[in-house]
Amino acid sequence: MTRLFINGIETEVPEGTSVLEAAQSLGAEIPTLCSYPGLSAYGACRLCVVEVGDPRSGPTKLVSACTYPVQEGLRVRTHSPRVERARKMLIELLLSICPSSKRIQDLAAEYQVERVRFPVRDERCILCGLCVRMCAEQMMARAIGFAHRGYRRKVTTPFDLRSEVCRLCGGCLYVCPVCELRCQGPEAPDPICGSCQAPTCLSAREDLSGAWEVTGGDSVRIKAPREAGKRSAGGVP
Amino acid sequence: MKIRTLEQLLVLERELRAVHDHKPCVRVCGGTGCRARGSEDVLARFQELLEQKGLRGSIELKFTGCHGLCERGPLVSIAPSEVFYQSVEADDVAAIVGETLEHDRVIERLLASDPVTGARVRREQELPFYRRQHRIVLRLNGVIDPLDIREYLAFGGYQALAKTLERSTPEEVIEIIERSGLRGRGGAGFPTGKKWRLARAAKGTIKYVICNGDEGDPGAFMDRSLLEGNPHSVLEGMIIGAYAVGATRGIIYVREEYPLAVRTLRVALEQAREYGFLGETIFGSPFSFDIEIVRGAGAFVAGEETALIAAVEGRVSEPRQRPPYPVERGVWGCPTVINNVETWANVPLIIEHGPDWFASLGTATSKGTKIFSLVGKIRNTGLVEIPMGMTVRELVEEIGGGPPPSREIKAVQIGGPSGGCLPKDLFDLPIDYESLGEAGAMMGSGGLIVMDDRTCMVDVARYFMDFLRDESCGKCLPCREGTNRMYELLTRICEGRATESDLDLLEELAQVVKETSLCGLGQTASNPVLTTLRYFRSEYEAHVREHRCPARVCKALIRYVIMADRCTGCLACLSPCPSQAITGQLKQPHVIDQNRCLKCGLCLEVCQFGAVEVV
Repeated sequence: MTRLFINGIETEVPEGTSVLEAAQSLGAEIPTLCSYPGLSAYGACRLCVVEVGDPRSGPTKLVSACTYPVQEGLRVRTHSPRVERARKMLIELLLSICPSSKRIQDLAAEYQVERVRFPVRDERCILCGLCVRMCAEQMMARAIGFAHRGYRRKVTTPFDLRSEVCRLCGGCLYVCPVCELRCQGPEAPDPICGSCQAPTCLSAREDLSGAWEVTGGDSVRIKAPREAGKRSAGGVP
Repeated sequence: MKIRTLEQLLVLERELRAVHDHKPCVRVCGGTGCRARGSEDVLARFQELLEQKGLRGSIELKFTGCHGLCERGPLVSIAPSEVFYQSVEADDVAAIVGETLEHDRVIERLLASDPVTGARVRREQELPFYRRQHRIVLRLNGVIDPLDIREYLAFGGYQALAKTLERSTPEEVIEIIERSGLRGRGGAGFPTGKKWRLARAAKGTIKYVICNGDEGDPGAFMDRSLLEGNPHSVLEGMIIGAYAVGATRGIIYVREEYPLAVRTLRVALEQAREYGFLGETIFGSPFSFDIEIVRGAGAFVAGEETALIAAVEGRVSEPRQRPPYPVERGVWGCPTVINNVETWANVPLIIEHGPDWFASLGTATSKGTKIFSLVGKIRNTGLVEIPMGMTVRELVEEIGGGPPPSREIKAVQIGGPSGGCLPKDLFDLPIDYESLGEAGAMMGSGGLIVMDDRTCMVDVARYFMDFLRDESCGKCLPCREGTNRMYELLTRICEGRATESDLDLLEELAQVVKETSLCGLGQTASNPVLTTLRYFRSEYEAHVREHRCPARVCKALIRYVIMADRCTGCLACLSPCPSQAITGQLKQPHVIDQNRCLKCGLCLEVCQFGAVEVV
């Protein structure tokens, strides 16, 4: 067991626990967008930054709680002024690339981010990588991944071609923190979907057109798959 | 021939040295800079002429690594007279062979001149550029042929390794390195001995040592020159390091963009194996070790150690959170020591001369020397090695020779894109890890760019931000989106579209990117912005408040005009203008059409009468 202090409260957690898990076990609410139960920690959104170290004995630093392993005697502050200031700026950056996401809007409200000082670019993706990890770690498909780097980075299939290994399971959509609705495909464009026809889009496969229907609300019902003609390996449930 | 004992090595050294010391020798610089200026042709001409005159047997001809004074290449030095020729062309070779080699006469016009006195200087050491340096790591660069291991052996090569394996335990080696005070030359300055001790203590049956040769800073070429000019010093350091930490495998991660360095390393590795310095039971000891080369596929971020590990393992080079540090979990989960090229090259020297000798160089906390690549608006650009603690002023003005005529140095950018810009009034700052860090810059790997009064500091910050937003891996939000937004803000400022509040936003954002980014790239990405804001705020304010670029660089804020009273109507500027923006008749003042002007500045360059002005 490792002993540490979170916001001054002493706690003991098993070795190898992340600071995020330790804090959550105490009920401290740390915002996260790229962390998900069952998926490996990634540390991309940086919203879960916490201040570690003892200000009395030296400089403290900000680290992402989801990827930082607990250490004996570690002192953590989850909502110090420095942390809050950083989170506010990160939320402002997120809002500037994903203004229509309810999840980010809620975070902005919680942290009193009331304006976006950057020119807004509605990209509908914060590159948190949840979908990529879901596809690789839970669905064992590795159909999607990141391409390019820096500001050109995007989530896509290899060579932007329709994926042969994608089973259209919808796991990627399920975990996406910025598209609250399940994808309804280009037949039902809405403010979030935008009829993008991405390589993993359900309707992007000709052989599946007509194989699914929108049942209203936020769900998609798949019609009996055999009616839909030839399917790729793996298949749709 | 495998060498098994120190004794054998000493005998070999004596034999090789005897030849070396008594044979006249011509050394042509084969560094990348000199090659670009045609040193390969110079070498070929020497070969041809020496052959013709039947001198091949009596005069040695060597194609060496970088001599340092890249500004004046191709460089040729001649032993034993130590005559040093600069800017040698293939056509000069006949004269050098005929005069200097055959008749021992010096060719005045090829000598370098002292920038202060203007007198011609015969020997390398008499030039202030070399005199003020302290070349220990670079001592054999430009002297030995990097493709021949016997050259390195003639100067005591691999003796530090032999002594280590015959006389010291791994713990003793670590203690020596700790006592020397050697710190990582890659940027952050982590104590090397401490890193080794942690790796030695780490649990694992297989351990790795890695040489980080992913030098990606714009304008930096220290590591490349070292790998090209003296690869065995790096190998020897790595082998000693591997013995100290208990590693059995070594990797040299080198940029694919350095083809010459890769080729030199390949040859060096082969020869080291042939002599038994790599492989099984080195020097008859139970210690076995070998090194392989991994070529980097061109990402700046791969210089970050966790990203480098990912690249070595064949994954996309993206960093991960530390801890765990590579000394605990590195390549394939094994304990791994990653040191920079220059750090490794220091190791044999410390073993050979002792930790106290090394610790006597430099300052209280930064020991030894540091290699810099000195570039920018300065007279002597090139590769220099100085003792730690030398001031920026000495480096720039004495070694660098000051600014080109009628210019004034305004700032230096030290440490590459992760470093910062230091203004002229801080030039008395000693160059060591702490002083540079406090000033907001960092040692970095050793790139030093000199800027003069025609450099706009906002534009410089924008240039580095453009580099970084492109080179950020994009994994974490503050680095990916932060650098992109900072670039947008800086562009707005350069175009005169920014407001006061944009300056505050820029500063606020820079601070958050620095604090919250995942790896060293993002954590230092703000340094160019923060230091220019700190030391050159007035330039930012001029752009924002007055829509004026004080250095007259930012195109949106300047105009080229022809002064009618000075224009003689010579028509010289008409034809170079790419957009035909200049109109005028012979002997009538010309006029620039501002709507068509591209602001390329060609008219300013060609005007003989100073009639073109930037306003």
